[in-house]
Amino acid sequence: MYKLLLCLRYLRTRYIALASIVSVMLGVATMIVVNSVMAGFSTEMRDRIHGILADVIIETNSLDGTTNPEQHMELIRKTAGEYIDGMTATVEVYGMLSFQYGGQYITRPVTLVGIEPEGKAKVGPLVDFLDSYRPIVEDKVVLRPPLRSMNEPPSWNLTPAAALYRKQWMARQQWMLEQMREDDRMDHEGEGELFDPGKAEAEAKVTPVEHNEDGTAVAETPKESADAARQAPDFLPEIVPGKHVGPGNHEGMVIQERPKAFTRQPEAAAPPAAPDPTELFQPQAQPEVADAQGPMEGRLYVGLGLISFPAEDPNTGKVQTLLMVRPGDDVKVSTVTAGRPPQAVHFNATVVDIFKSGMSEYDSNLVFCNLEYLQKVRGMIDPTTDSRAVTSIQIKLKQYADSKQVVDRLQSVFPAGVYTVRTWEQKQGPLLAAVEVESAILNVLLFMIIAVAGFGILAIFFMIVVEKTRDIGILKALGASSNGVMSIFLSYGLGLGVVGSGVGVAIGLLFVRYINQIEAVITWLTGRKVFDERIYYFPSIPTNVNAMMVVWVALGAIAIAILASILPARRAARLHPVEALRWE
Amino acid sequence: MTTTLAGTRTRTPDIISFPPAGEARSHSAPRVAPGPNGIETIPMPHTLLTAQALEKTYRKGQHKVPVLRGVEVAIRRGEFLSIIGQSGSGKSTLLHLLGLLDVPDIGEIHFEGQRIDDLSAKVRDELRNRAFGFIFQFYHLMPELTVLENVLMPMMIRDSFFKYQRNKRRYDEQAREILSKVRLDHRLKHRPTELSGGEMQRAAIARALVAKPQVLLADEPTGNLDSQTGGEIMELLLNLNQQDGLTIVMVTHDLAIARQAHRTVKLDQGRIQSQNEVVTSAG
Repeated sequence: MYKLLLCLRYLRTRYIALASIVSVMLGVATMIVVNSVMAGFSTEMRDRIHGILADVIIETNSLDGTTNPEQHMELIRKTAGEYIDGMTATVEVYGMLSFQYGGQYITRPVTLVGIEPEGKAKVGPLVDFLDSYRPIVEDKVVLRPPLRSMNEPPSWNLTPAAALYRKQWMARQQWMLEQMREDDRMDHEGEGELFDPGKAEAEAKVTPVEHNEDGTAVAETPKESADAARQAPDFLPEIVPGKHVGPGNHEGMVIQERPKAFTRQPEAAAPPAAPDPTELFQPQAQPEVADAQGPMEGRLYVGLGLISFPAEDPNTGKVQTLLMVRPGDDVKVSTVTAGRPPQAVHFNATVVDIFKSGMSEYDSNLVFCNLEYLQKVRGMIDPTTDSRAVTSIQIKLKQYADSKQVVDRLQSVFPAGVYTVRTWEQKQGPLLAAVEVESAILNVLLFMIIAVAGFGILAIFFMIVVEKTRDIGILKALGASSNGVMSIFLSYGLGLGVVGSGVGVAIGLLFVRYINQIEAVITWLTGRKVFDERIYYFPSIPTNVNAMMVVWVALGAIAIAILASILPARRAARLHPVEALRWE
Repeated sequence: MTTTLAGTRTRTPDIISFPPAGEARSHSAPRVAPGPNGIETIPMPHTLLTAQALEKTYRKGQHKVPVLRGVEVAIRRGEFLSIIGQSGSGKSTLLHLLGLLDVPDIGEIHFEGQRIDDLSAKVRDELRNRAFGFIFQFYHLMPELTVLENVLMPMMIRDSFFKYQRNKRRYDEQAREILSKVRLDHRLKHRPTELSGGEMQRAAIARALVAKPQVLLADEPTGNLDSQTGGEIMELLLNLNQQDGLTIVMVTHDLAIARQAHRTVKLDQGRIQSQNEVVTSAG
């Protein structure tokens, strides 16, 4: 009885001990916050990493791929059919994406993935990531409703808005071209001798514009067509100040593809391409351009990170993502052919949609292309049998828990030297492992903080035992046993641990609950953004509180408090009553 | 009249052994009662507590400091014995040994005829709780507890949590009764720091008495008080001794205080120098 009374009374009256428990409290709160945020990041990241990947992926080790995907799929079905929900064949190859923006060519290394959109949608969420299926929301205001309904299967068709944009653009450049030809005819009659006589007239005229991409070339245009501009205002949307004017006009799209008009010029006018240094940026497939208004045969979904850049509005300080290429625009893709030796191939393709998975590794790397066209361009179609080669087969499982079994079975069927069978987790192993290691190390470090707090308790407890020496003496004189005295201090430690970790848990959970508000306050106080969306891709700090984690952290802190009180408690128990009472 | 064993026995090296039965029979009141385990114990109906050939040495660093060198003392039931001596004469140590706060190097403590100094720690704790009451020069009240809680402390130590809850009312009454006896009933909820020295000592006496002990061991109870308050405390102790027949052993260096007891034992250099009975002190 006396133990409880004294323990409670000490808890209530010794504020210095409560000071020691503050460190335990803060340690517990920090651990909960850090773990919750890490778990939030990790879950969010896993979702995003998984997002674009199928559950299980069979890849050929060779970029040439393997023919007869149907036969492979049949084999997969035979081996592990009962676990499989759906699969699709794809071609994955490295490539480059080039487009023109701000008067210069921008080239990005990409992973080119040839897919059938409907098949891909069956093995993973594709539609969720496509721009046209999502509304544009800013500050909870819908700036643009989704252009397509979720029920519509993904395809390579342009949205009406994009088609209209493309049509306008094509018409505009057609008009420009005609204007310039008109001017040309009037201004000089024979300029053929100024340039390489082997070149066609139109090409020769365009070449300097293409190569001097500085202001002079661009500046020329308004001058030349100053009067014409009045006649055709529809086709000059560069005056558009903000967002939301044209149907296909993306927000922040201030700079227009004026230079592109010049790039396209030769396409329309140039004779069949001759082997020539400018070939890289010249169209290959002439016929598509001929039926001017329609999109090209090559169609792409391009990752947002490849064709956009964040820009801060100098007036509002708001960060906006500015697009350099929009759905309906044409870009150039370079890749290698299958077969020996691999040869570079280029093709123009129309951007049909933009995808944003939220995972920057994908968004700034992946370009989806229509499978048939990619196979054609890469020469993966056997001319005799018309068999199409693929490099990977993506499989969706009914239950992801079976993945290990499926991988084991498939590995026994597909020889390891030729194929790689992996789950998405294995494919992204290093990334996931990094997060886990990071989280484990953080936990160890934070637990050390609590352990340090434990030493604080130890020191303060020793102090209290010394201070309470006479009380211990009198307790023993009154008949208290050594164990009784020890248990006073042990339960005191327990009490402090419970109080400290209890308050710590409360603070931690509150912190996690209001973390975004706290972030906003800190940002406001320091004037520096703590959590930058541009870096993390998340609109707000993701958190995920795991009840078991909270319990373990609290128990760990209590255990440390008890451990720290063992030594002082033993010292108290061993105090000789005579010595204790003699102390004056 | 003196009935200490000191007079009847000489110190022998095997003094720790149980006294032979013959010696016990030579006692003036030869009533032999079989003790636990059938051991015959010394029947001394009016001897409550005896110390036999006590020796105690403390270590101070390298040096051994002998504190008690063969002390023999017997306390009768209902007696008020005072032990006087210089500082360092060993009087406090003797009191501690009698109250089982410490164990003698050599010698034995007998309580109601049973040897008690060699008992296990658990039994000694319990004996201290039930048979002995302690008061000290510096009161040693616990500052976190109220007067009432301080007084109840021995009962709290005795009982487990649930047992204490069952007996709480009875204990409360007991404590209030004793506190009114020491005239502290108006201070029940006060903290010790809010009391005067005399009040604190009276609270300490109440605490010592709540468990209804058979012996009250007082270590310089007036040592920290002015003479008037000290006198009040002495009056209280004498009252307890006379009215309730409480056996009191008091250590003091103040001869005037010591004289109020029935009998005084003077310790010097760890030995009993003289024993004299102050018969008139009762008045």
